Amino acid sequence: MVLPGQELEAGDYRPGPGTYRADGKIYASVAGILSIRPPVVRVIPFSGPYIPQDGDVVIAIVKIIGPTYWLVDVGAPHYAPLHYSGTPWKIEYGECGEYLRPGDAVVVRIEAVDQNQRIGVTMNGDGLGRISGGIIEQISPTKVPRVIGKSGSMIRLLETSTGARMTVGQNGRVWIDGSQGSIRTVREALQIIDREGQKSGLTDRIKLFLEQSQSS
Amino acid sequence: MGSVGAKEVPVLLDEHGKRIDGRGLHDLRPLKIEAGVLQRATGSAFVEWGENKVMAAVYGPREVHPRHMQQNTKAVVQCRYNMASFSVDERKRPGLDRRSQEISKVIGEALESVLFVEEYPKTSIGIYIEVLQANAGTRCAGLVAASVALADAGIPMSDLVPAVAVGKIDGKLALDLRKEEDNYGEADVPMALVPRSGRLILLQMEGHMTRDELKTSLDMGVKGCEKIYEIQKAALRNRYSLGNNGEGGAQ
Repeated sequence: MVLPGQELEAGDYRPGPGTYRADGKIYASVAGILSIRPPVVRVIPFSGPYIPQDGDVVIAIVKIIGPTYWLVDVGAPHYAPLHYSGTPWKIEYGECGEYLRPGDAVVVRIEAVDQNQRIGVTMNGDGLGRISGGIIEQISPTKVPRVIGKSGSMIRLLETSTGARMTVGQNGRVWIDGSQGSIRTVREALQIIDREGQKSGLTDRIKLFLEQSQSS
Repeated sequence: MGSVGAKEVPVLLDEHGKRIDGRGLHDLRPLKIEAGVLQRATGSAFVEWGENKVMAAVYGPREVHPRHMQQNTKAVVQCRYNMASFSVDERKRPGLDRRSQEISKVIGEALESVLFVEEYPKTSIGIYIEVLQANAGTRCAGLVAASVALADAGIPMSDLVPAVAVGKIDGKLALDLRKEEDNYGEADVPMALVPRSGRLILLQMEGHMTRDELKTSLDMGVKGCEKIYEIQKAALRNRYSLGNNGEGGAQ
């Protein structure tokens, strides 16, 4: 574990995300876990804002309706435009509001992020589209890999033991659908992951939690 | 603060060289920092420093309001230092005043210099410092809290920022003044520095000091900051090793 300003023992490596170089040495710029994968050193942060990247599948909330697009909130500092050409529907000019209303949730993919932080999103693709039913739980975007687990093991564990369906967005929003009880269990499990995701033995901890909630 | 024309000047240093609260000249007041105390903020910290109680919250990076302050190449740091009306003996009129505006500005600029603001263009990082109980040195306490809150928020920064004041009481330099010492002492020099590089990012002075005294007080301040830096780091370690539900707080 490292903290901002801490010097990293990383000789000739290159500074990656979460680090910076000064006076020929490499220091951490965020609190997190040190990860050295030659030739790059990086710090995997404990917490931090969501930074959109090409190809991310995220859960977005529709905020504003335009004549040919919607502005959606993907959890980044700025709203992202979703153009109607990026949807599976045939829409006439000015009719966007008949398909998605402010407050609707959609699963979208980030297509292009440019230097000016403008974000392009699309709804065309597998698993993308509008969400209805269920709830959306927000966790820290840095904990998303823990929720997914190794090649999806954590999601599978949660889904099979509760019967709920989940979609995890890279922005830390998780859509959970299923019976009330299963939603509640998954939600509590997510909160545990959000809180204790940086500790080891997470899978066991979640398994224990799921057993307890099933027996009660 | 006493009423106008308070007659009694307290004895700031006794015959053994001890201060009002029994400290020596080079001692800090007890400092306790807890990170991640607020649920809804991106990052937060609570600092208890002697009789100071200060809460700091960080939000963002988020959209800039008002829009015209937006910068295309970097994030703007918007800092607000505020004293609660009940933080002092006699009720403070709530809201912005000259003093809090000045402190907001110096703290914001100090923190901006350690943040990698270029990583978040066209955004703003909001820092809110609320003084719940004041006993001199709140700008330093606020800065210490805000820097831990920023690290808790995961916003990239070159280092944590410790801060402390050195003052002059009864003709002697003393570290970390308390209220009586601040009110009746001869000088007060708050400072903040970047431990890694030793760069000073905040230095103010109220009252009178000779050039040599200022030099000495800088040295004393640097030593004090080292201790504070360790407590800041311990607070963050605590936050992440215990999770949110540990009985956190580093002393």
